[in-house]
Amino acid sequence: MHTPRSATEPLSRDSSELRPLTGNEAIARGAWEAGVKVAAAYPGTPSTEILENLATYPAEDIHAQWSTNEKVALDVAIGASFAGQRALCAMKHVGLNVAADAFMTVAYIGVNGGLVMTVCDDPGIHSSQNEQDSRIYGMLGTVPVLEPSDAQEALDYTKLAFELSEQFDTPVILRGTTRLSHTRSPVAVGERNPPPARSFIEQPSKNVMIPAHARGRHVVVLQREAKLKEYLASAPINRMEIDDTSFGVITAGTCYPYVREVLPNASVLKLGASWPLSEQLLREFCSKVDRVFVVEELEPIIEKEVAALGFKVAGKEFFPRNGEFSPEVVRAGFVKAGILPAPPLDNGWTPELVIRPPVLCAGCPHTSSFLAVRASGARVAGDIGCYTLGCLDPLRGLDTCVAMGSSIGNAVGMAKAGETKPIVATIGDSTFLHAGLPALIDAVYNGANIAVMLLDNHITAMTGGQEHPGTGKTLRGEPAPRVDYEALIKAIGVKWVRTVDSYDLAAVHQSLREAIAYRGVAVLISNRPCVLDPVKIKGPPLQVVTEQCTACQSCMNLGCPALTWSDQWFEGRHRVQIDPALCIGCTLCAQVCTIDCIKPTAPVTA
Amino acid sequence: MSGSKLASVEAGEASAAPAPIARKTPFNVLIVGVGGQGVIMVSKVLAALAQWRGFEVKQSEVHGMAKRGGSVFSHVRFGERVWSPTIAKGEADVLIALEWAEGLRWLPYLKPATGIFICDTKRIVPPFACLNRKPGAPMRYSRETAEQVANYVAEGYAIDATTMAEELGNERAANVVLLGALSTALDFPIADWESTVSEFVPKKTIAVNLEAFRLGRTWIAEARSPAPATGTPPLLPLAEVPFTPRLEINAAWCKSCDICVKMCPERCLRLNDDRIAELANPEKCTGCRLCEWLCPDFAIRVHLEAQGKAAEEAAR
Repeated sequence: MHTPRSATEPLSRDSSELRPLTGNEAIARGAWEAGVKVAAAYPGTPSTEILENLATYPAEDIHAQWSTNEKVALDVAIGASFAGQRALCAMKHVGLNVAADAFMTVAYIGVNGGLVMTVCDDPGIHSSQNEQDSRIYGMLGTVPVLEPSDAQEALDYTKLAFELSEQFDTPVILRGTTRLSHTRSPVAVGERNPPPARSFIEQPSKNVMIPAHARGRHVVVLQREAKLKEYLASAPINRMEIDDTSFGVITAGTCYPYVREVLPNASVLKLGASWPLSEQLLREFCSKVDRVFVVEELEPIIEKEVAALGFKVAGKEFFPRNGEFSPEVVRAGFVKAGILPAPPLDNGWTPELVIRPPVLCAGCPHTSSFLAVRASGARVAGDIGCYTLGCLDPLRGLDTCVAMGSSIGNAVGMAKAGETKPIVATIGDSTFLHAGLPALIDAVYNGANIAVMLLDNHITAMTGGQEHPGTGKTLRGEPAPRVDYEALIKAIGVKWVRTVDSYDLAAVHQSLREAIAYRGVAVLISNRPCVLDPVKIKGPPLQVVTEQCTACQSCMNLGCPALTWSDQWFEGRHRVQIDPALCIGCTLCAQVCTIDCIKPTAPVTA
Repeated sequence: MSGSKLASVEAGEASAAPAPIARKTPFNVLIVGVGGQGVIMVSKVLAALAQWRGFEVKQSEVHGMAKRGGSVFSHVRFGERVWSPTIAKGEADVLIALEWAEGLRWLPYLKPATGIFICDTKRIVPPFACLNRKPGAPMRYSRETAEQVANYVAEGYAIDATTMAEELGNERAANVVLLGALSTALDFPIADWESTVSEFVPKKTIAVNLEAFRLGRTWIAEARSPAPATGTPPLLPLAEVPFTPRLEINAAWCKSCDICVKMCPERCLRLNDDRIAELANPEKCTGCRLCEWLCPDFAIRVHLEAQGKAAEEAAR
């Protein structure tokens, strides 16, 4: 894992005040400068590094924590806001779905200390299960949405978001995208400047949302939106850049630099706040130019608002409603619209592309779990994590994957619907604590006949190795109580619980068969640490005794990246070789080798 | 030291001093490779150096899946004013590839007339490339030779940076060898490069990395001289071997355990109405013999019937 250069680290020889920061680092810096006291999140690409960076600032300035899920994280932040402190909650777009319950009501309650939710969307689905547009949550919750276009704005808007939050008594969404989070650009940083201390305000009509109070608060929320629109009509973050008036472009966030890249001289309305939209501002801009385009990633939110004002506007007609934008996509849209000439042809290079999806690492403990699951012939409900990669060839071990913690609920539903195959749910440790536990209680309560495989690799692996309540460490690396899964699972009424070593393939196979045979809920904990985090595991590699290999390629069923074809062959098939640099010596391939020709290069220790 | 110059330009022309950096329009460097190779480190060194030299720099990459052996890329753009953080197709001034097939994947991003292609000949074959069990099936990996690639690039270098780094005693310094090669395309002072490299590598490896950096620089200078080294070794050619697999299942010995059914990688076996194993999808069977090896009752035998003389020879 590369550690991003911390924003707190002094630069040794920088000629200017500018620091190269990623969007996430800049958001963390902005939050620290704004005097944030409490920050919470559940890891989720691309938002993960916000909290990791906040944890590099002094502990006396800021309490930063991993929460069990986004809903809890938001509740923690809301609590800090109640107590009068500035609070930040970071999440990826789908995390906001989890937190949406609290979000929709805190939108009514408003804030005491400033409350900012940084929500990172993933257009193009680099590392997610969908590409929903979080700006719609702003509309749904009647909450302002700020959209920075680069790292400098990420820092500035984060600070502004806290100001607006307190000024207008509202939570504020700071919406980023993968491109913003993971792009490094120069940032001028400032100093920490916390606001004057506030204390808890006893005001039940505002803080206790019973129906009688909520009715009144909804009126306040609508008035708040009107005031925000008034402010945003002339706020400096909504910038009009008038040049060539034959057409104009309305855009926001990371689309802005793409527009500027392909159209340096166009008139642009650059919206720093993509919700709410000031009708006055939109009217003013649209009347200055002859033709209006809206360039926005994902949903046509701005476009619909402009159209509702009666202006002729083009957006999704030329720019796609799915996928990530880029200079190419924006250029192609303007070419289609007749604004730009068609680009010249490329160099005509059309190679056969090598398929290189992410794969389970060499020695990944999930490998044996999915070999066993596959051999069980069960219907498998999968979940979110590295192990979702088990759906790919050659493991092909997953039948479904919906959302965090869905596997167990899906398995219950399949069992109750009368699926004839045995039913297995596979779920990782971090995902289990995030949203799997209520589903497991549901399964026990409703007497479902399912086997649950808890893939315990002692870390939140997919997002790059973050701590969670099952790892025994906090975000800052301090010791913490550790969840005892067996005791927890027994306590909710599961009668069949067993822990097995993931590297003992026969034991995993046998235990899973028993778990499936058990009538009722059975939980099998497949236990081995992740090979990458928190420490990189590397044992003596194994090697193939080539002349013995019969090229049955049984070991290729593991999908292990250390195993490839050698240039030797047998009966028309390639014999197999092991890359010693990648092999960590987990011995799974030796355990599946049909003729026992995979041997250790050094004595194996337990 | 091995590798080759892919260039189709005249030797005399190429040995000229590196082109000065375009100050008005951004200079675009695309760095690609496979997760864990050090793509991000290369781009961080370049970005830090360019910023120190007073340019606006944008460096963009996508994390998340990177560690799991997936394709990794990083865009670095610098100039007086840089808007987009990503490089559009056909606009990269330099493409640095830490892995051969990844380099080929991103070739369309190079400027067709002037782009410089610097590619490690290191091949990282993904497990997906080796999943076809059919006898004689080809590995799904780039087959293009360095000579073929040369037709598509203005100036290109295939450099065996991994071996060079190995010879220095640290395979992980391959990315710094490529950084040294990259340094020849830019007019930043050599001392600045070296101090920036030292800043970004682990303290204990500064010496070996600086050596790797210089090696990359001198290699390029030599490759620019008229006699290019020999071409990169192409992948082993594979003969098509037409075997027809035939399964012989002894019904009397089969006890319906269905181990063969569940473990068949192509899922082409099933239990019939009498609960005896049978080959349901003969066209999918690759004759891999796994069922034969795994059957506890020796009830399955796989016969590979070679077609033609060539196949017989190949089978030997």
